[in-house]
Amino acid sequence: MNDALDVALRLLVVFAVFLVLPLVIGQTEHKVMAHMQGRLGPMYAGGFHGWAQLVADGVKFAQKEDVVPAGADRRIFQLAPAVALLPYLLVLVAIPIGPGEGAVGEVVDAGLFFVLAVMGVGVLGSLMAGWASANKFSLLGGLRTAAQLLAYELPMLLTAASVAMAAGTVSLPGIVEAFEWWWLPWQIVGALVFFVAGLAELQRPPFDMPVADSEIIFGAYTEYTGLRFALFLLAEYAGIVVLCGLTTVLFLGGWHGPWGADGLGWVWTLLKTAILAFLVIWLRVSYPRLREDQLQKLAWTTLVPLALAQIALTGIVKVAIQ
Amino acid sequence: MPGPTVLAADYFQSYSVVGLLGVIGVLFVAVAFGAGRLLRPVVPTPEKLLTYECGVDPVGEGWAHTQVRYYVYAFLYVIFAVDSIFLFPWATVFADPQYGATTLVEMFIFLGFLAVGLLYAYKKGVLAWT
Repeated sequence: MNDALDVALRLLVVFAVFLVLPLVIGQTEHKVMAHMQGRLGPMYAGGFHGWAQLVADGVKFAQKEDVVPAGADRRIFQLAPAVALLPYLLVLVAIPIGPGEGAVGEVVDAGLFFVLAVMGVGVLGSLMAGWASANKFSLLGGLRTAAQLLAYELPMLLTAASVAMAAGTVSLPGIVEAFEWWWLPWQIVGALVFFVAGLAELQRPPFDMPVADSEIIFGAYTEYTGLRFALFLLAEYAGIVVLCGLTTVLFLGGWHGPWGADGLGWVWTLLKTAILAFLVIWLRVSYPRLREDQLQKLAWTTLVPLALAQIALTGIVKVAIQ
Repeated sequence: MPGPTVLAADYFQSYSVVGLLGVIGVLFVAVAFGAGRLLRPVVPTPEKLLTYECGVDPVGEGWAHTQVRYYVYAFLYVIFAVDSIFLFPWATVFADPQYGATTLVEMFIFLGFLAVGLLYAYKKGVLAWT
């Protein structure tokens, strides 16, 4: 009985994090972007600095008519947002925020592998949306999404493998457990490649070619309205949470910090995740969009060779210190 | 006998929790869609249900022929990704001292294959656009 209660509580917390953190990041994005561009951002909803803007947005989305184009593949079109969103919920359960069994949703033994596999599923949602819409913009957007996944999944896999080599395990808590401060310079190239590739997989600027609004309206999501559109947006922000959390856990030492080791580890994890999320927003404001061929070129001629070099470096150092 | 049984039980337990979370997620989406159905208006008109093409009537079908220029990347990806999957099980054991430098040599052979493949693709010009 106690076990069941424990599991229920954990799942509840993971679910709450899944619903709340993306909204926090969304609101932060409103404000940070506004200040970087010398304006105020939403100020009205809720009174204090427009804190309830996203709640108001949610209410608006829920009340909007749900239009499925007559030419669309109805079932697939309607299912796509769920397929895009749910993988990120599943990934969150495996990310540890503190030491010990208490600070992770569930210890999945092949955590790193599980996380990468499930994250790849999210892109299927965009593909389904792109194809099922029966819209030319959506189709182009879907194809670009697919191309982007193909290009950036590989450097992501390779750099994640480099961390697994360094730690000698594919369990996420195990990796953080094994972390030492000098991993930071040792794995820095891998960290950068992983983060950039993750950014591209989320289709965040400067890698937002699949949803480039000045060319193809909103890519695969062009035909979506109301709640389903909102779920796609939620998936993007949940994706930011997952990517930043994973980068923290794999490369930045998760709960390790210069001080406050006992009991406060989770603060470090959250702090590092928040800083990375800020970086994601910052990049959106400051970089222009890459062209489709530049995207592919960056992945294949820069990131993949860098990732391979990182693996070589990791292997040599690891065998040398054994 | 009890040893392996316990291990397997642990294994399935952690994934059953993941499965449970999946069920919660599906329920969440179902409830959201169901509640949305109750909240939103339904006033379809033929114009609304038209495929969006910047305001003019859609030309031809949405499932149109496009030239997928990056299909070569798809081939490359499949080859490379299948290869790199094998890195993960290997990564957990390669530093075991009893292997010595053998695993390291293996790694360089592996990386060499990938690098030569990539270089070949680059030379062939498939990594450039036109």
